[in-house]
Amino acid sequence: MEKFYYDNKIVKQFGVATLFWGIVGMLVGVLIAFQLAFPALNFGIPYTSFGRLRPVHTNAVIFAFVGNAVFAGAYFILQRVLKTRLFSDLLSKIHFWGWQFIIVFGAITLVMGYTSGKEYAELEWPLDILITLIWVVFGINMFGTILRRRERHLYVSIWFFIGTWVTVAMLHIVNSFQIPFSWIKSYSFYAGVQDALVQWWYGHNAVAFFLTTPFLGLMYYFVPKAADRPIYSYRWSIIHFWALIFIYIWAGPHHLLYTALPEWAQALGTVFSIMLILPSWGGMLNGLFTLRGAWDKVREDPILKMLVVSLTCYGMATIEGPMLSLKNVNAFSHYTDWTVAHVHIGALGFNGFMIFAMLYYLVPRMWNTTLYSRKLANAHFLISTVGILLYAIPMYWAGFAQSLMWKKFTESGQLQYQFLETVTHIVPMYAVRGVGGLLYWIGAFYAVYNLYKTMKQGRFLANEPDEAMPLSAQPLPTQKMHWHTAIERKPVQLLVLSLVVVAIGGLVELVPTFLIESNVPTISSVKPYTPLELLGRDIYVREGCYTCHSQMIRPFRDEEMRYGEYSKAGEFIYDHPFQWGSKRTGPDLHRIGGKYPDSWHFTHMRDPQEISPGSIMPAYPWLIKNDLYTANTPAKIRAMQKLGVPYPEGYDQICIQDLRLQADSIALALNAAQIKTSGDKEIIALIAYLQRLGTDVKK
Amino acid sequence: MKFSNYLKAIDEVSIYPLISLLLFVTVFVGVVIYMYTLDKNQIDERANIPLK
Repeated sequence: MEKFYYDNKIVKQFGVATLFWGIVGMLVGVLIAFQLAFPALNFGIPYTSFGRLRPVHTNAVIFAFVGNAVFAGAYFILQRVLKTRLFSDLLSKIHFWGWQFIIVFGAITLVMGYTSGKEYAELEWPLDILITLIWVVFGINMFGTILRRRERHLYVSIWFFIGTWVTVAMLHIVNSFQIPFSWIKSYSFYAGVQDALVQWWYGHNAVAFFLTTPFLGLMYYFVPKAADRPIYSYRWSIIHFWALIFIYIWAGPHHLLYTALPEWAQALGTVFSIMLILPSWGGMLNGLFTLRGAWDKVREDPILKMLVVSLTCYGMATIEGPMLSLKNVNAFSHYTDWTVAHVHIGALGFNGFMIFAMLYYLVPRMWNTTLYSRKLANAHFLISTVGILLYAIPMYWAGFAQSLMWKKFTESGQLQYQFLETVTHIVPMYAVRGVGGLLYWIGAFYAVYNLYKTMKQGRFLANEPDEAMPLSAQPLPTQKMHWHTAIERKPVQLLVLSLVVVAIGGLVELVPTFLIESNVPTISSVKPYTPLELLGRDIYVREGCYTCHSQMIRPFRDEEMRYGEYSKAGEFIYDHPFQWGSKRTGPDLHRIGGKYPDSWHFTHMRDPQEISPGSIMPAYPWLIKNDLYTANTPAKIRAMQKLGVPYPEGYDQICIQDLRLQADSIALALNAAQIKTSGDKEIIALIAYLQRLGTDVKK
Repeated sequence: MKFSNYLKAIDEVSIYPLISLLLFVTVFVGVVIYMYTLDKNQIDERANIPLK
């Protein structure tokens, strides 16, 4: 027998960071929820406007709250099921501080408006490189630990962690290809349809491999531990793992149904999404059935309560997801708050409750005590469950109501409702949703207090002793090994096989769209943006306009009547990055060009309510005051040329002249409409871009 | 232009869904066969790793 010590310090650090970022990230969520009901909460300054804070919220809860929780859980579990200390204390330390640095740096850059404009991958290129490095550190630390283990067999949780590591690495690297034009800003390597496909291949699988597979790793450990009995069926867990990672990777295109994405790719996305029901529900039932004979405990124990609701929410979200992938359902649900409700069932229910259950389990054990107050934990469970309901129900309602209103025609065949009417109708629902979020946040605060008191009353055990026989001293089994058993004992092979399995889906999906030109037919009248429009587009990206406005008109009667001709793949070939969006809190903007005069846009950006009473759009007064920064325009043009945008050779030298000419003509038109401004303001560039949108095909 | 035109433009496009289906069925059947051939004792031993 060998004696060794588990490293609890790193688990403690990641656990505390989880709570801290959870409180911060959710609070930002509550604020932006109320901003949609009360636009005055945008405060009229750039750093607190919805478009910038929304990415702060999503990145904070996904990568800071959930990310830190996954690392805490994985490092706790790895040591226990492998019977060894983590590979390197130094790597653990670099991993922890590196990740916290990325979070802080990321939050600052997002608030400053440095964003790649791709949902859930908003962080800019220096951060993308840092994330890659820290992820490699995590990988080395995990694999080093696995290779030093004293348990021959790799428990199922470990497979899920390995699958997570390898797939997130692949997704992050492929989606983050970009050409920098300054120390912090870059353009996506891909354009239009291709960018959309890569982005949602990434985006969907971020849900799959950052928010799901690591949580199944946690589930397979903490559910048996909390219920004090082995998992219901270990056989199921094997199927669960392979089927889940194999199928998930194909499902991304279901975010792009009815868009300009080739139809065969849409069909693949739908089919694989439906197939996902099987492994998802198999896994959920495996977790719930583990509690057979232990349901009496569920009534008492807040940890088990949270685990049960967590798994139930997982089941609900994973039946709903495939349903939303059906084209007829998606035609109705997409761009509405239904999607927001769907993700929060997963985020607050599945991820959130799993994390809090884990922390309620871990902290008393590592501090050698019992939970400070079981009553308070039960109160947390109750208030947060009510919070989830108050969040989700109004959002489902808002989604259904708004979609019905969008598609409603009068008897004479006209659209019955203006877009704004469909928004003001659901504003009360936005307010209730904010209250739901606030309740969930209060619940999280109970957890912070309860866990803090638990830590205070106990004594932290930084190095926890255990002993096990070294692997070399353990006898090999006498029976013949199955091929899968062999794989499970060889972590490197498991890693390679997982990579092969997830890479196949990515290749079949992405390669044809890239190699076969007919997938994106060019339209001869579609020309590159002028320098001024390009700068305007960068402002559009900076302010996060895509968080509320789509640029993708689907081929439906109501959308064509409301917004104009449906969007074609060939219209986006110079869009680095694509800005199709995924939610219409405001109307689609793909054919906004030429719809209103310049003066309308000027007044609207200064104060949306002045033009559209009842509008919930924030005001953008700084765009009118700020001077347009043009010094790096040549660098932007050169970056675009590298990406294949056909600006003439040497255009970077003369682009500023063109920019000035266009800006001055817009300023003159505004002056003629009694608006005092000059051609060197940011608003001029934004107006130029908006007026260009979707007009090329009309030429 | 209708979206299905893009689809038709790929040479032998029908091969993609077929490859996908074949791959999935192969992996799935492989895993199911393996699962059924597992020894009960081995399974129990593994399932109990976290509780050791």
